[in-house]
Amino acid sequence: MASVTPLKTAAELSLLAQAEGSKSVRQNSFARYAAKGLPHRRVEAYHYTDIRALLKDAPASAQKAGVAPTHFAFNEIDACVITLIDGQVTAVPTNPLAGVSMNISDEVPDDGLAARSVFPSDGDPIIALNAAFVHRTLRVMIDAGCAIEKPVLLRCITTGAVSAYSRVVVEVANGASMTLIECHECASGGLTNSVVEIVAGDDVSVEHIRVNLGDESATVLTSFGGRIGVRSALTSGNFVTGGALSRHQVFLRFEGEGATATISGAALLKDRQQADTTLVVDHSVPECVSREHFAHVLDGEATGVFQGKIIVRPHAQKTDGKMMSRAVLLADGATMNNKPELEIFADDVQCGHGATVGALDDDLLFYLRARGLPKPEAEALMLQAFVGEALEMITHEGMREQLEWLSETWLKARG
Amino acid sequence: MLEIRNLHVAIEDGSKKILNGLDLTIHNGEVAAIMGPNGSGKSTLSYVIAGKPDYEILDGEILLDGENLLEMEADARAAAGVFLAFQYPLEIPGVATMTFLKAAMNAQSRARGEGELKTPDFMRRVKLGAEKLGIPQEMLRRGLNVGFSGGEKKRMEILQMALLEPSIGILDETDSGLDIDALKIVSEGVNALRSADRSFLVITHYQRLLNYIVPDTVHVMSKGRIVKTGGKELALELEANGYADYVSDVAA
Repeated sequence: MASVTPLKTAAELSLLAQAEGSKSVRQNSFARYAAKGLPHRRVEAYHYTDIRALLKDAPASAQKAGVAPTHFAFNEIDACVITLIDGQVTAVPTNPLAGVSMNISDEVPDDGLAARSVFPSDGDPIIALNAAFVHRTLRVMIDAGCAIEKPVLLRCITTGAVSAYSRVVVEVANGASMTLIECHECASGGLTNSVVEIVAGDDVSVEHIRVNLGDESATVLTSFGGRIGVRSALTSGNFVTGGALSRHQVFLRFEGEGATATISGAALLKDRQQADTTLVVDHSVPECVSREHFAHVLDGEATGVFQGKIIVRPHAQKTDGKMMSRAVLLADGATMNNKPELEIFADDVQCGHGATVGALDDDLLFYLRARGLPKPEAEALMLQAFVGEALEMITHEGMREQLEWLSETWLKARG
Repeated sequence: MLEIRNLHVAIEDGSKKILNGLDLTIHNGEVAAIMGPNGSGKSTLSYVIAGKPDYEILDGEILLDGENLLEMEADARAAAGVFLAFQYPLEIPGVATMTFLKAAMNAQSRARGEGELKTPDFMRRVKLGAEKLGIPQEMLRRGLNVGFSGGEKKRMEILQMALLEPSIGILDETDSGLDIDALKIVSEGVNALRSADRSFLVITHYQRLLNYIVPDTVHVMSKGRIVKTGGKELALELEANGYADYVSDVAA
C-alpha cells in the first residue's frame, strides 16, 4: 500500500517558507525538524500536547526588535536583568556582577547532536527549530568558587505576533553558586521558543526559575537542559499562569556522584489554556537524589499535562528518586493528564512516583466555612496551600514571595 | 437563645432519616448537655446547626436569637454566632495556624460590618488565649492541626472558640481521645468562656466531661429525638443505669 503523506499545516508551510533559501537559517537543524514536522499526538513525547493541531501559525521572526512593555512583574527583584527582545540580545553589560562574564556568540546551537548533549539525540522538533532559527547564543560564565549574590534575570519578551527564538548557555564553574531566572512575556499571537542550558561543574549550587506570564493567546515553548556535576545541587522551578499554550521541557543528567536535583512546578490555568511540563531526569551515575513536585490548579476548560520520566542507568546504584504530581480540578470541563514513568535498570535504588487528580475536599471546605470564611475565600486559602507545596521548593525568597503573590492574585481574580 | 423546633433531617440522598422531630431550647447563659447512645443523631444535630451541606432538612426550624439559621450558609451562621468545636478537627497542610486564625476573625468581623483587626491587637489576643490553654507559640506557626496530637487539636478548637466569641458554642464529643490532664485544660478553657450572654451545647457519651463542665440541663437523645430532659443529676443516673431505659421504650 502506498504510504500516506500527511498534508502540511499552515504553521508547517510557514516554517518551510521561512527556511527555504534562507542563509541565516541553519539548514542541518531545520532538516532534523522537517524530517518529522511538528510533533503530534502519535509522537509519544507530545501525546497530550499536539503541537501540530494546536499551533495555528508559526509567524516569522521579527525583522526589527519591538518595544518592551514598561510594566514588569519582577521589578522588585534585585537582579542583574538581561532583556531579550524578540529573541535578540543586542548588548550585554561589560561588568554585570562580580564573578560573572557574558558574551554573545555565533556558535552552532546544540540540537541534540553536540558532544555530551543533554537534549534528545533523536531530535526534539522544538529544540531543532530553535537551533535552526535562533540568531545568536547568549553565554554566561560563572567563575569558579564564586557565590553570585544577585540572580541573573533573563527578561524574555516577544513583543507582537512574531516568533522569538532565544538560546542561553550558562556555565557554572566548580564551587560556584548562582540563581538564574527566565521570565517569559509573550504578546498576543506571539510564539516564544527558548532554550536554556546550564552546565554545572562540581560542588556547584544553582537555582533556575522559569516563569510564563504570556498573553492568554500566546504560545510559549521553552526547553531547559541541565548537566549536573559531582556533589552539585540544582533546583529548577516552573510557574505558569500565562499563555494559550505553554510547554516546558526539562532534560537533566547527573554526571557526577552525590548530586541533587529538585524540580518543581505550579500552574494555575483557566478558560482554554493548556500547560505541559515534560521532564526527563537521567540518573547516569550512582548516588544522586532527585525530587519532583508539580501542582496544577485547573479551572474552566483548561488542560494540564505532566510527563515525568526518571531513568536509572544500570550502574547508577543508590539512586533516590521521588516524583509527585497533584492536580485540583475546579470545573467539570478541566482536564489533567499525568504520565509518570520510571525506567530502572539498577537493582539497589529507591524510586517512587505518585499522581493525584481531584476536587477540593468538601469536609475541609466546611471546616473553614464553619469558622466564618466565605466559600471563595475558603477555596482560595486551600488552593494557596496546595500551590504553596510546590512553591516551597523554590529557595530564592524574593521570587518565592512574588510567585505566591501572583498565585494569590490569580485566586482572587477567580472570585 | 437557640430554639430548635420539630426538626426532621435525612442524609442528603434521602435514604436515611436521622433526626425525627427534635425539639430543644437553650437559653442565654445556659449550658445544655446532650447525651445518648451511638447512632442517636447527636453529631448530625451539631452539623445541621453549623450548616454542613450533606443533609436534607425535611421539616422544622432552627432559630438563633430569632434568626433562621437554616436559611444561611455555614460562614453566615458562624458570623451570626455559631461555633462548632469538631470531634475530629481537620488538618490543613500549608496554611499556617496564625494565617487561618486571622482570616477567620477578619471574615467574621467583615460579615458583621465591623472593621478588620489590627495586627498587634490580633497577635496579643492570640498570644493571651494560647497561653491560657498551654498552646506553645511554635504550634501557631505550623500548618493548622498538622502533626498535632488529639489533645492539641481539641485545645486549638477551644482557642478558636475563645477568639471568635460565639453566642453558642457546640462541643461535639470534645472529650473523645483526651487524657485526664487534657480534659481538665479543655474544660477550664470552656468554663472561662461561660457568660450570661453565651450558651453551650455539650455533646458527649460519658458523664465524666460533665464533672468538669457542669451543665444546667441534661437532655437524653435517642433515635433522633430528645426523649428526656432533666438537671445535672440526670447525667449521673445515666452513668449508673445506661441508656437502656430510653432506647427500649421507643423500641417497645
